[in-house]
Parts: sequence; C-alpha cells; structure tokens
Amino acid sequence: MTIAAESVRVGPRTNVWAFLRRHLLTAYALLAFVYLLLPIAVVVVFSFNDPAGRFNYTWQGFTLKNWTNWNGVPGLTEAMSLSLQIAAISAAAATVLGTLIALALVRYGFRGRGATNLLVFLPMSTPEIVLGASLLALFLTLNVATGYLTIVIAHIMFNVSYVVVTVKARLVGFDRHLEEAALDLGASEWTTFRKVTLPLIAPGILAAALLAFALSVDDFVITYFNSGAEVTFPLFVWGAARVGAPPQVNVIGTAIFVVALGLMLANVLVQTRRTKGSE
Amino acid sequence: MSFLLRHRWVTPYLLLAPGLVWLSLFFLAPLGFLGYQSLQSGTFDFGFDFTWQFSNYWDALKTYDQHLIRSLVYAGIATVLALLISYPLAYWIAFRGGRWKNLLLLAIIAPFFVTYLIRTLAWQNILSDQGFVVHTLRDAHVLGDDGRLLATSTAVVAGITYNFLPFMALPLYVSLEQIDHRLIEAAQDLYASKAKAFLRVTLPLSLPGVFAGTLLTFIPAAGDFINAQLLGTPKQHMIGNVIQSKFLELIDYPAAAALSFVLMAAILAGVLAYTRALGTERLTG
Repeated sequence: MTIAAESVRVGPRTNVWAFLRRHLLTAYALLAFVYLLLPIAVVVVFSFNDPAGRFNYTWQGFTLKNWTNWNGVPGLTEAMSLSLQIAAISAAAATVLGTLIALALVRYGFRGRGATNLLVFLPMSTPEIVLGASLLALFLTLNVATGYLTIVIAHIMFNVSYVVVTVKARLVGFDRHLEEAALDLGASEWTTFRKVTLPLIAPGILAAALLAFALSVDDFVITYFNSGAEVTFPLFVWGAARVGAPPQVNVIGTAIFVVALGLMLANVLVQTRRTKGSE
Repeated sequence: MSFLLRHRWVTPYLLLAPGLVWLSLFFLAPLGFLGYQSLQSGTFDFGFDFTWQFSNYWDALKTYDQHLIRSLVYAGIATVLALLISYPLAYWIAFRGGRWKNLLLLAIIAPFFVTYLIRTLAWQNILSDQGFVVHTLRDAHVLGDDGRLLATSTAVVAGITYNFLPFMALPLYVSLEQIDHRLIEAAQDLYASKAKAFLRVTLPLSLPGVFAGTLLTFIPAAGDFINAQLLGTPKQHMIGNVIQSKFLELIDYPAAAALSFVLMAAILAGVLAYTRALGTERLTG
C-alpha cells in the first residue's frame, strides 16, 4: 500500500474495519493451524501412553516402553521393512521413467505431446480405488498371483506421474544458455547432459524421488487391492485398527513424521539460505 | 549414438517409451480389463463368463444409489468446508507470511507426513466417546448426554475434510502468492474499499487455485472409503466401501467393476457440471 493511498482514507470506520480484519484473519489462521496439527500431536502424545486395555484411546500414564519396545508387536517390523523395500524399488524405477518423460516433454517438440500429457495427468486424477480395482482386474483376468511383484508394479505406476510433474517444474525454470555455452565450447551433447544438465536438475530429481518414496510408504488403497498375502506397514495398521491398534503404531507413525519433517525442514532452510545469498 | 545424431526426431520417443509403456500396461490396459469384468456374469463358485451383461450397471445403480449419493454429498460438503478453512489460511500465508512463508507452508502439508491411516485413527481417538471434544460438547449441551461424534456422518465428513485439506490449501496458496500486489493497490488508489478490492481483484485472480483445489479435493474424497470405515458405521458407508467389500470380501467382481465405472462417471459428470458453471475458458484462457 502506498503512503498516498493510506493518507487519503483515514476515517475511524476504516481503521476499526482494518484492525478487526487484520486480527480476525490472524486468529482464524492460527485456529486452522491448531486443527491441522492437533491429530499429529495426538499421534505423538499417545506413542508415550501406557494403555490399560486393548484400546489406546484414553491417557493412562507416561511411559517410554513403547519406544524401547517398538518392535514388540508381532509382524510390525516385517511390515515396516517390506514397506521400505517396496518404496526404495518403486521410487528408483519411477524416478528414472518419470525423469525421461519430463525431459522429452520440456525439451522436445514432437507429435503426441498432448496425448502424453493426458496420459501422465489421468492417473493422478483417477480415484485410488479405481486404480487399485482395475489393476486387480488385470491380474485376475491374466491369472497373475498378487504379492510382492504386483505391489511394486502398482507403486511404480502411480509414482511415475508425480515424478514427471516434479521434475518438469525444475526443467521449465532452467537456463538453456548454460547448455548452449557448453556446446559452443566443444562439449558433445552427451557430455553437456552429464556435466551441465544433470547436475542442475539433480535437486528436482532428488525431490521427485523423495516424494515417490513417501507416497509409496503411505499408500494403502492401491496396495490393499494388489497385495495378496503380503502385509505393508499401512496394511498392518489397517488390520491392527480392527482389534485396537497398539501404541507401537504411533511410535512408527511419529518416527516417519519426524524423518519426513526433518528432510523438508532441511530443504526449506537450504532454499531460504540460497535466496538470501542471491539477494 | 551416431544413429541418434542422424535421426534426432527419435530421441523424444526413446525417452518417453519406457514410462509410457508402463502407464499403458498398468494404467490404461487395467481400465479395459475392469470394463471387461464389469460385463461378466456368474458367481465365484461357478466362475465368471463374459456375456455383455449390461444389466450389472443398472443393478449396481439401483441397489447402491444411496451409497453413490452419499459419496457425492459427503465429498461435496468436505470440499466446501476445506475451501472455507483453507482460503483465509492460504491468504494469510501469502499476504502476511513474510519470510516465514515456506515454514508455514510446511505446517500445512505436515499432516501428509503422518501415515494416512494413522492420522485417521488419531481422529477416531479425538472424536471418541471418552475424548475431550465429546465431553466439552456434552457439557455445553451442544450434544445430548449420550450424544456421540464417532460413528456419525459428522465424523466421516470431518475426517474427509481433514485428510484432503492440503490438496485444497496448496493450489490456493500458489494462485494467491502469484497475485501482483500492485493490482490491489491500484484498486484501492481508485477508491475501492478493501472489501471491494478483495471481491473484484483478489478473489477473481485466485479462482484458478479455487478450481484446482476443489477438483483435487473432491475427486479423491468421492472415492474414499477409509474415513467411512474408521469413523463411521455401515449407515455412513460410501460407494468406495461397497466396491472394496465386493472386490475383496464378497468376491462379486462384475458388480464391483461396474460400480467403479459408475463412480468414475459420477465424478466426471460432477467435474463437467462444475467446469461449466465456473467457465474454465475464462479461467485458463
């Protein structure tokens, strides 16, 4: 707001309105944050609860034993390790497939661009239950037994689109002159890609890989349809929820939250420092 | 390499091939198989045969119309609630966030870092009969002495709203953040009140974010079954619950497949009607 505009409109009515609006909005935003963060606080707090019965609903007393005995529930460790394996494999594969698509979409004009964009966009705008059900229809019709392999196939499928979108965002803001300079100085196209392009888009690729990893660890619906007898961490939680989830579920939930938040915080700090440096 | 240099036009197709083959095999083809399954007849014991059984669709619609309507209504209410909660929040971050913007954004997506099922179980905990929310509401006589929150429509809608809220807040924030503040100043310099400047400048400029956010919230919400399962009872079950149980528990594949397409058609119809009403050409144009 310019000083001129401010001085034109100094009536008492406007001031009251402005004051109210400013603080109402802030109060509203703070309430919204409480709403957003309250369930997270519950997850963390109840990981330290010492529940009397099967249900971890009411606060009974502080204990560290859920944390020291985090793997004390049969099946939990196996489920977690399966989830991490599948996340690593599917994130790696989806990152390669998605990055190649993103490069083609941003760098080249070719026939079928529109169709490609549509094919990438559609899985993200289809309800998960339809993705899961249709994959199961495929496996059932072709007599493929569901299990480890089908979970990996499904996770790569839904991750590819997210990788494309993330890497594309990085490529669009890319200064092409850097590549032209390398080419002018006699570097081959391949060398230019390896020494200039790849390092510059590496943060985008890394972000995409982390996103894919997180989406894979978190996925329940699509996995539920295509898991066969395998039990990933979300499937374990689902099964446990029917009979009362043990506090160890909160322990793992809290641990995942802290790791993910830590990575994101580091990312934000690096970005903030970088923008400060360029100012 | 020399082949590539002579035929440069192939390069993009080579880059696309692996990913697009994957998506075709495991996204497009499965939809075809789902369609094939939806036209079969038979039972699990005697096997299913493909018989162009179009009546599966009619039966599905007739039997589960209530579930379908409930899904669209719950998703619709949750989308509106998410918009009402996130618009002021996104506005506050975009215009008042200053150098804390990135950190505040992180707080918005923080729920995503807690496993979907675990954060829904946390709501089960918060809304449970022993929880403080129910006690407070009972003391304030908002709820009767035996009034409940868990196992009601309110709980299911609240859960859906919470779980998909970041999908609404992020696009809203992006569109609000991009607004050139000079436009708002210009409106005020021309004697528009703050409210008017908001209604005539800020709000219209943020409509693309509203559009993207509502779609990103409504589509997954309409297909959800986890909130109805964990926070509701069979009386609150949505179309997703039916599809899930028919596919995985009752082994009635044709009906489940037909219902999946009914759900997609319903969502598509809703999205088209919404797009019409809002006029996307004006938005993206």
